[in-house]
Amino acid sequence: MSTATQVNIDAFRSETREWLEANCPQSMRSPVKTFKDYFWGGRNPTFHSEDQKLWFERMRDKGWTVPRWNKEYGGAGLSKSEYKVLKEEMAKIGARSPLFSFGIHMLGPALLGFGSEEQKLQYLPEIARGEMWWCQGYSEPGAGSDLAGLQTSAEDKGDHYLVNGQKVWTSYADYADKIFCLVRTDKNAPKHTGISFLLIDMKSEGVSTRPIKLISGSSPFCETFFDNVKVPKENLVGVENEGWNIAKYLLTHERSMIGNVAKMDKTLDEYAIESIGIEDSVLADPVNRIKTAQWLIDEAAFNFTLERALDEAKAGSPPGAKSSFFKYYGTEMNKRRYELMMSTGGFDNLVWGEEYEDGKTARDFCRTKANSIEGGTSEVQLNIISKHILGLPKK
Amino acid sequence: MALVLSEEQQMLKSSAKEFFNGNAPVSALRRLRDEKNADGYDKRVWEEMVQMGWSGLVFPEEYGGLQFGYTGLGQIMYESGKTLTASPLMSTVVLAGTVINEFGSSEQKQKYISDICEGKRLFAVAFEEKNIHSPHIANTKVVDNKLSGSKKFVLDGHIADVFLVTASSDSGLGVYVVDAKGAGVHVERHIMMDSRNASTVTFDNASVLDMIGLPGDGKTIIDRSLDIARICLSAEMLGSMEEAFSRTVAYLKERKQFGVSIGSFQSLQHRAAHMYCEIELCKSLVIKSLQAIDQNADNLAHLASMTKAKVGQITELVSNEAIQMYGGIGMTDDEEIGFFLKRARVSQQTLGDYNYHLDKYAVLNNY
Ligand SMILES: Cc1cc2nc3c(=O)[nH]c(=O)nc-3n(C[C@H](O)[C@H](O)[C@H](O)COP(=O)(O)OP(=O)(O)OC[C@H]3O[C@@H](n4cnc5c(N)ncnc54)[C@H](O)[C@@H]3O)c2cc1C
Repeated sequence: MSTATQVNIDAFRSETREWLEANCPQSMRSPVKTFKDYFWGGRNPTFHSEDQKLWFERMRDKGWTVPRWNKEYGGAGLSKSEYKVLKEEMAKIGARSPLFSFGIHMLGPALLGFGSEEQKLQYLPEIARGEMWWCQGYSEPGAGSDLAGLQTSAEDKGDHYLVNGQKVWTSYADYADKIFCLVRTDKNAPKHTGISFLLIDMKSEGVSTRPIKLISGSSPFCETFFDNVKVPKENLVGVENEGWNIAKYLLTHERSMIGNVAKMDKTLDEYAIESIGIEDSVLADPVNRIKTAQWLIDEAAFNFTLERALDEAKAGSPPGAKSSFFKYYGTEMNKRRYELMMSTGGFDNLVWGEEYEDGKTARDFCRTKANSIEGGTSEVQLNIISKHILGLPKK
Repeated sequence: MALVLSEEQQMLKSSAKEFFNGNAPVSALRRLRDEKNADGYDKRVWEEMVQMGWSGLVFPEEYGGLQFGYTGLGQIMYESGKTLTASPLMSTVVLAGTVINEFGSSEQKQKYISDICEGKRLFAVAFEEKNIHSPHIANTKVVDNKLSGSKKFVLDGHIADVFLVTASSDSGLGVYVVDAKGAGVHVERHIMMDSRNASTVTFDNASVLDMIGLPGDGKTIIDRSLDIARICLSAEMLGSMEEAFSRTVAYLKERKQFGVSIGSFQSLQHRAAHMYCEIELCKSLVIKSLQAIDQNADNLAHLASMTKAKVGQITELVSNEAIQMYGGIGMTDDEEIGFFLKRARVSQQTLGDYNYHLDKYAVLNNY
């Protein structure tokens, strides 16, 4: 890095630090825990606190809900190094994401990569400003791991597509304003080549949802039905029948997001010490003591590896199929963490209660089991690593 | 600091790779073993390593070193791990050299470090007495400048000219310098399963020539020096594990059964992919820890235990899976993969296995 660049970065760091210090409300400086800690945006946004609203609006006005996006798309146009600084400074004070959004992490990258300029100008700024809540319509009852086997069809009717079929596992479909979907536009083509990427308004006539209750007791997921839904032609992203490329590209993004092992307000050893206690200066349960040490070492090693991947990307080597590694390892690690918390947490953690908060650890524990299923199962990630990183042959 | 090598470090790594492949491949270790070589290493290879400055890579220029840092030395260890090269690098440079360079006086460095840089004398550090790693225990005693006791698992003890020995006195644990060829020193060479050497060394009123630090400094000296050595050894183990893994993946592509490559079987693919992930974590720990030595980081003990524990576990995993995936051929002495299994078990126990380091890591974190 040239000294001039370094000077600029240092200046950016101190400005950022000052700004965050002045503008991030205290209550927004702790890890998100409950549903109320998330702000999702949307046509009719729900703020759960005054601080949440303030924090969101300030970050939005800086363009920092999507710091890397260009200004005309609602971002701040930060460079990679500036973005890294921003993330580091936010992490330092434990600042939350001001906006949780599939629009930012999934649709945004698709539009940036494959959308027309009109589409970018139409959709990106409203995503950045948290004005539209998007959900993801990929999976179907018959198309999970074998996603390309999807059957929801979009028939060309001249000025519009006529969409029929069913999606499943659509996260927050019952809250979302719009859905980005993979649909079949050519029934006769080989399965990967007849798929298109289509944007559909959830308010359209013929769209309906039904919530699915999970083993954790919460139901943020839906079945989504399309019954003769008319969708304008201009809602197609990219080229007709080439949607699979977009899907593959997006799954890579999604995986790197799920793979991050979230920070919690207590580290696993603090948690174990609090629950089990220390005897003769070591944790009273010798087996959990070693398992805890092991997990914490793996966590640190995993975080170093994320850091190394960024450094290597900066130095010019592409991450490629590595997102499958992060997705696989990170989610399996999160499951191991909750398995350990159930074990070290003892009877208290078995409480289920009425509300989610009453039995939070037990319910969160149940929820983690989906980590290695959603976004492509662990087995599917291992398949990808085998083929694309190790070059092992297909049968 | 970015977790990537600098251009100079990268260049050193490439030349180390070329050197070890050309001069000391796995077949060279086999030859040393089969001809029952008296030294257990190839003197010519070691001389060339000295010529290239590797014996002095981490030491200050004023004593004849290159002051290039441990991250660089780690790359040499890594490449020598790929070829399983036996040399005095670990015993003389990493262990003894670190003890003297970190804790010796400037006269001592002038005397010993310059000999190490020039390859004039070989050193060994004698600190184990029990049958498992226990670096703080010394029943070996120093009384009136005479040292008596027995040490186990002294790496390269049979070729050493000088021993650095941990021993107790009224002031506690200390590190003493003893002439390996002097009166009252008895060295019994053991050829280990990896075809390298460790000795049992008995001292019977051997003369103490010198002392590193003060008589009570032994614990501090050993703790820091061993942490540095653990990280360097982990770099070597990483090289071995990566080599064993890439040989295994190549074999999965090459070997055919049921009319297809065995690498097309998903049960093997998933195990291979899992190993790939674990190795990625090991790589990150090793580079992070090597850089921490050079930056004088205050959490070096944490990093050393994390690294040695994780790398030990994955070395075990990869060496076992390698044999299993090779099938019957992996059990034959003609095939080289078995050498990696054997080296893995020795390096695993050297300077503490993963049981030791998981426990130590917990202790360091107060639980
Ligand atoms: C909590 C949660 C949230 C989700 N959110 C969304 C969402 O927002 N939008 C969306 O579109 N989808 C979402 N999904 C769906 C998710 O992507 C699918 O569940 C996932 O891809 C697996 O598909 P499946 O459930 O049909 O399982 P299946 O594909 O039937 O898999 C069953 C088992 O078979 C294994 N298997 C399948 N194929 C192979 C193979 N080739 N090799 C080895 N093993 C194999 C799997 O690994 C798994 O263990 C979500 C799922 C969950 C659980």
